[in-house]
Amino acid sequence: MIKAILIFNNHGKPRLSKFYEHYTEDTEQQIIRETFHLVSKRDENICNFLEGGLLIGGSDNKLIYRHYATLYFVFCVDSSESELGILDLIQVLVETLDKCFENVCELDLIFHVDKVHNILAEMVMGGMVLETNMSEIITQVEAQGKMEKSEAGITGAPARAVSAVKNMNLPEMPKNINIGDISIKVPNLPSFK
Amino acid sequence: MALKIVKGSIDRMFDKNLQDLVRGIRNHKEDEAKYISTCIDEIKQELKQDNIAVKANAVCKLTYLQMLGYDVSWAAFNIVEVMSSSKFTYKRIGYLAASQCFHEGTDVIMLTTNQIRKDLSSPNQYDTGVALTGLSCFVTPDLARDLANDIMTLMSHTKPYIRKKAVLIMYKVFLKYPESLRPAFPRLKEKLEDPDPGTDAESHLHKCNIAKVSKQRDYASMQESLRRCDFFAVKYLGLLAMSKILKTHPKSVQSHKDLILQCLDDKDESIRLRALDLLYGMVSKKNLMEIVKKLMLHVDKAEGTTYRDELLTKIIDICSQSNFQYITNFEWYISILVELTRLEGTRHGHLIASQMLDVAIRVKAIRGFAVAQMATLLDNAHLLTGNTQRNGICEVLYAAAWICGEFSEHLEDPMQTLEAMLRPKVATLPGHIQAVYVQNAAKLFATVLQKHEGETESQAAQETSQLLIDRLPLFVQSANLEVQERASCILQLVKYIQKLQQKNVEVAEEVTALFAGELNPVAPKAQKKVPIPEGLDLDAWINEPPSESESEDEKPKAVFAKEEPKHSRSRHTEVDEKELARRREVRKQEQANNPFYIKASPSSQKVYDAPGVEHIPVVQIDLSVPLKVPGMPMSDQYLKLEEERRQKEKAERKKEKKKKREKRGKERKADSGPESEEDIAPAHQVDIVTEEMPENALPSDDDDKDPNDPHKALDIDLDKPLADSEKLPVRTHRPELLKSPAEDRDSESVPQETKKKSGKEKKEKKKDKEKDRKRSKEEKKKKKKHKVEEELLESQPEEAVQSEETKEAAAPPTSTSAEQEVCVLMCVCLQEVTAPSSAAAAVDTSSATAPESEPDEPKDTEPEDTKSSKHKKKKQKKEKEEKEKKKKKRHHHHHQHHGDAGGEDSVQNGTVEEEEPLPPMSNYSLLAENSYIKMVYDIQGNHQDESKVVVSVIFENKSDSFLKSMEFNVLDSLNSKLQRPEGAGAHDSLTVPFQLPPGVSNEARFVFSVQSIVMPQKLKGTLTFIVKSDESSTHEKLDFKLHFTCTSYLITTPCYSDAYAKLLESGDLKGSSLRLEGINMPFHHLLARICFHHHFSVVERIDSCASMYSRSIQGHHVCLLVKTSDQTVSIDAKCDEPSLLGNVLDEIKQTFSKC
Repeated sequence: MIKAILIFNNHGKPRLSKFYEHYTEDTEQQIIRETFHLVSKRDENICNFLEGGLLIGGSDNKLIYRHYATLYFVFCVDSSESELGILDLIQVLVETLDKCFENVCELDLIFHVDKVHNILAEMVMGGMVLETNMSEIITQVEAQGKMEKSEAGITGAPARAVSAVKNMNLPEMPKNINIGDISIKVPNLPSFK
Repeated sequence: MALKIVKGSIDRMFDKNLQDLVRGIRNHKEDEAKYISTCIDEIKQELKQDNIAVKANAVCKLTYLQMLGYDVSWAAFNIVEVMSSSKFTYKRIGYLAASQCFHEGTDVIMLTTNQIRKDLSSPNQYDTGVALTGLSCFVTPDLARDLANDIMTLMSHTKPYIRKKAVLIMYKVFLKYPESLRPAFPRLKEKLEDPDPGTDAESHLHKCNIAKVSKQRDYASMQESLRRCDFFAVKYLGLLAMSKILKTHPKSVQSHKDLILQCLDDKDESIRLRALDLLYGMVSKKNLMEIVKKLMLHVDKAEGTTYRDELLTKIIDICSQSNFQYITNFEWYISILVELTRLEGTRHGHLIASQMLDVAIRVKAIRGFAVAQMATLLDNAHLLTGNTQRNGICEVLYAAAWICGEFSEHLEDPMQTLEAMLRPKVATLPGHIQAVYVQNAAKLFATVLQKHEGETESQAAQETSQLLIDRLPLFVQSANLEVQERASCILQLVKYIQKLQQKNVEVAEEVTALFAGELNPVAPKAQKKVPIPEGLDLDAWINEPPSESESEDEKPKAVFAKEEPKHSRSRHTEVDEKELARRREVRKQEQANNPFYIKASPSSQKVYDAPGVEHIPVVQIDLSVPLKVPGMPMSDQYLKLEEERRQKEKAERKKEKKKKREKRGKERKADSGPESEEDIAPAHQVDIVTEEMPENALPSDDDDKDPNDPHKALDIDLDKPLADSEKLPVRTHRPELLKSPAEDRDSESVPQETKKKSGKEKKEKKKDKEKDRKRSKEEKKKKKKHKVEEELLESQPEEAVQSEETKEAAAPPTSTSAEQEVCVLMCVCLQEVTAPSSAAAAVDTSSATAPESEPDEPKDTEPEDTKSSKHKKKKQKKEKEEKEKKKKKRHHHHHQHHGDAGGEDSVQNGTVEEEEPLPPMSNYSLLAENSYIKMVYDIQGNHQDESKVVVSVIFENKSDSFLKSMEFNVLDSLNSKLQRPEGAGAHDSLTVPFQLPPGVSNEARFVFSVQSIVMPQKLKGTLTFIVKSDESSTHEKLDFKLHFTCTSYLITTPCYSDAYAKLLESGDLKGSSLRLEGINMPFHHLLARICFHHHFSVVERIDSCASMYSRSIQGHHVCLLVKTSDQTVSIDAKCDEPSLLGNVLDEIKQTFSKC
């Protein structure tokens, strides 16, 4: 069983957290912090497995992680999961994200965490691996995306237009924390009315 | 209208959506919390609006905030609202939010049940998918119970997308609601063979103990990968795999010791820890010292306390495992422990301490050495306690003080140790350690006194007393209660002793008596294992509970019963008191005689607090170099010594062997190979005192089971037949129209079940009675049988009495339950008739539960069958025309239920009016027999399938041993084939789904497919099984021949007389005839025999002439006209298949020639 899937950046900022067991919000944050500390202090050239932190079950659980550019993808699993299988699953997840977002970067995850959740839901269900075939995952995600579009129909058109305008600056936004003057205008948009 | 919607959405598009929220948060780095709180206020406003799109947007934002650690449970109801939106877009947002923040404690979760059910049955597969995904995250026991059936249905959904999700979620459902596992199991098993590869559920089911996936690990390749482990992950996995192999093939891993020890040097902590795990399993007597030596080196090198602590615990684990099995030299072990005390800042001082105590107490031979070591340790206590950071380690002083005190007779210089224990610095130690110090100082004092007893100048003894009197006041002032109490008590004692000493009174003996007594280790499980003495019921009330008597008083009947209970109660207590006193006496005596029983003595006290270490500022002697306690033998020396010793022994052995060889000649090859485990003798004879267990301790295996294992609930016997109460709850409030046949059956079977149960009870009672009277007169038996028959008639008027009116009156529902009654009664009758044959009795019991008894056998369709035939019959009943036919039908049905219901069957078969009883009959004929097992079998056709017959085989264990792993195999012919499960080869054998304890019999059914049924057939087969007795288990084999008679292809089928007449008139049938001479049995017996053995039914009977009918599984009609006169029976027969008829007639002839 997968206990939790965490994606956070090099500074430990959570970009996605999915817990398959219930914890309070505070504990969840602590787990994320603890996991970040465990994972981030490890060298790049040592193995991708380590024992879980105390908060999420200690040595009965394993943390299996991968580090891509600015993001850590960490799966916390129990002893029944295969390490290599999960490592592979992380790869599939990242590749799928890459397909769905076209050259995925941290910003995509920041602004579209709901989409990431939807993609993840096609791969892992309730802590169990559901699908590992990338094309199958993408097919299902796209089919649901189409449904969403058709439901929005004509009424969705203006909303889409606005969100397109809002998101126009997205690729130009700097990756670091300092955001230029363009983005300051964006929250002003609602004042149009 | 449309315009309005568009306008609404234009308003909406300027609402803050998720992206805006994220952007806003990023722009408000400095006052993030404040910004978010304004956002939450906005969200609250949005949630108040009616527009579902606005709500969904708000919920979407809440999901994001939840990830940032904000509690959003206040919006749970709004989430449910969004979940129930008809639009997929919003529904998905709702379910995502629910999956992120709902849990078992969420109270609105019960509101979702119907919504989820609706979504599960939605025509849109993605609605269903989203609901399944959501549910998998927040399923509660209630939801699992209510939705289990809906999810089961989804397992056969047309879309593989849904099927795989449904199969996966079943696992979660099982965890939450384990009762659903058994009813769902057959379907699940089916789904595992789903051709769609999407069902990746197998690994999860593995956890449910369902599929025993045997994992073949390629050992050789793994070993290779470990050697060239350039790739770090492979190294890790290799070690992991090795630890798994170790469990099965410890020898093969042990040879890689060096490789694994190398991994301890790895810079990756994960790998080092894995390697440590491995070491635990691969030590042996031979390599223990070496491995521990390596580990000790690592302890010195290790950086970071966590890893070092891990090393320390592993060393101790490795050495102490399975009762110190691998330790050959305990001196070495003690010195290892002493060396470990050098560890700076370890948290595991108590672990070392308990090991020291354990070894010293249990290994008597080592006590002298241990005491010497401990004395040195005490002497150098300042080195251990010097650094506050080393506080954890001062726990070992607890052990050291206790060992020195308890085994003080081994001390060379008790005076010095006593002095060490009473140093002022001791007062800085944690309280519980000081307490032990004080107590053991007293013990030492006693020893010193004894040592100097009888010396004329008892200077030493007096000095000791003075020492105590000087030093103890320090402890009397201690803040710790325990220390203070003990110190003041002992101080007074010593003062008193001093007075006596001054009077030259010899006190040593009396003082020693204070601490007399031997200490035995008691196993931690000992209390649990004390067997409950016979006649002691721990659950019984000692005194009757008061509340019960009160409630009794309320009952009107209590007035009568009032006198009696009181009386009995007083008598009861009397007995109890006497009994108790007696038992107490016995127990005391027992204890007195038992040398191992720990008598209460002060020395047996074991106060062992949790390592609550107080931080007391101390004047420090800071040592930067590792501590080396003077005079302490290094464990390495032992290693060398041990090696030398072994060499020597080996040499000696070789010499001896050589001598032997010289004598014997060249019998064996030289022993150049590695010495085996047994060759290593312990350095000195060590007597490891095993832990005490109570006498007659019961061995119990369940000790190791983890009570917290979440999968424990799934430890369910899946082979057990399904009880009705276990069926999944199905919604019953649906309109009649929707009721599926399955549901119909469900609701019907509940009363049947209860009936059946009561029937069984009845039967058991009868059985008991029957046993008592087994040897009574035959007449009595007969009478009883008649009585039962009468009972049967009474309870079943429409059944027995052939009056039109009662028939008409019988309504279908009552008749079903009544039918059940008949079955039960018939069972009772049967018991009477066939009790002597145990095989028959077994059939009976197994057939009593027949409809559910074989879920796992190939003959799955059987219960369905009987049920459907019951349905048919019900229909026929409504026709209410031909009662006699009907009854025959019922017999038939009955026959299927009860393998050898023959005796009663035939009585009923149109011959009720004649009271003459029939001899017992059974269709089961002997299949094969040897000294272990006896097999009898019966073959029955099947209405539904024209090419299948069912062979019921009763296996009876005749031996005193356990029979297991029975495998049934038959050599198929072209015509008849044993049905094997899919995927099995044509020659594979079928496993009999049970084991047989001695004297037990059980029935298994095997399905055969046949092509042509016109000829009888014989199939050769073998049964293989394992006979397991206490000492041995042997493989046995029994050959048999299955005889498929043509009769076995016939099925009792009722036929109406007009239809029968038409059939005969049609002229399609070919005739044949048979004459039987010398039959001197009543005609109804004759008919009963034909009916019973050859599956015919009587169509019409006029005096000494009867017409009979049967049908083959392939639809051949067989008609008989049986006439009798003067011991001669003539049978005229017609059938559309002459060869079949010929064979059937031959078989009938054979039946009667036997009697």
